[in-house]
Amino acid sequence: MIRYELLELLKPVITDELVVCNIGSPSQELHEIDDQPSNFYMLGTMGLASSIGLGLAMATDKKVIAIDGDGSVLTNMGTLATIGNNARNNFILLIVDNGSYGSTGDQPTYAGARTSLAKVAEACGCDTVVECSAAETPDAVKAALAADTMTIIVSKCDSGNKKCPVITMNPIVIRQRFMDEVAR
Amino acid sequence: MAKDIDRRIIQDLLDNKVDFVTSVPCKQLAGVIEVVDQTDGILHVPCNKEDEGMGLCAGAFMGGMRPLIMMQNTALGVTLNSLATLIQFYQIPLPMLISYRGEVGEPVACQVEMALHTKAFLNQMLIPTYHLHHASQIEELPGILKHTQMCCKPVAILTDASFWGSAK
Repeated sequence: MIRYELLELLKPVITDELVVCNIGSPSQELHEIDDQPSNFYMLGTMGLASSIGLGLAMATDKKVIAIDGDGSVLTNMGTLATIGNNARNNFILLIVDNGSYGSTGDQPTYAGARTSLAKVAEACGCDTVVECSAAETPDAVKAALAADTMTIIVSKCDSGNKKCPVITMNPIVIRQRFMDEVAR
Repeated sequence: MAKDIDRRIIQDLLDNKVDFVTSVPCKQLAGVIEVVDQTDGILHVPCNKEDEGMGLCAGAFMGGMRPLIMMQNTALGVTLNSLATLIQFYQIPLPMLISYRGEVGEPVACQVEMALHTKAFLNQMLIPTYHLHHASQIEELPGILKHTQMCCKPVAILTDASFWGSAK
């Protein structure tokens, strides 16, 4: 199962939660499947989805889901230590781990080889870390939302992307409608 | 050991509703980081790298908080992309309290190398920049904080060795 298929499965699971989505294909796919004001699309800045999500979770009581990628987390590995030391129970980090840099041509990542991001997250102090298959991920997200405990989910997917249009929405529009949703 | 200047800076942040601070330490910022860490009303979240910190600030801002980042000028080398594609692109107000290493009084020669690029980078990035060279100039800080919110831009506050050396 590739990320696009996983995001389709997650559509009924993620409803009014705030979503911060990783740059490139993940945001483009989410935008095509389920565009809504509660989605914050990153149009640049690889690696910071988890950091934006954590910062947001510190500022609101609403549930925040950061949809990140293995390549993105690898580029900002320190984020797991910050998350592990600043747990917020309204925060879920969903790492779509397809072992590749999807937006740039599916070049392999180290997470697809010898590196376990789940073990890194545990070593960084994250208490609840779930590694699961893509098919198991919707239930893992449901459980995390119900548990009200900060959860790191490492979802093992197949490499691959669906070609979706580039997001042409103005960044200020993305930001402002998202902030309006946060404040609602 | 914190000084009066450190406490004054934090009071200025409180007075201007800054309630979220992330930091990467520098010895010139040690006192102000010590004070912010003990200040009720400001959530201080140390980060590991300054671009990560800008992500935290962006999230906190969108959640309704008013962030500030404390960092060294060398951090400009790792934050240019985050400044352009996150903070500037999404128009997020972000005051940056920057320890301006490599100026007169600097004991470490290597620090001069990034000091030479600091204002050039900031100028190239069209980032409003205020260079505080003497402690008395701290009276400009409240205005700079208000200006940052007004224009919704990253704003650099450079504090050099002379500034910190002249502070009580």
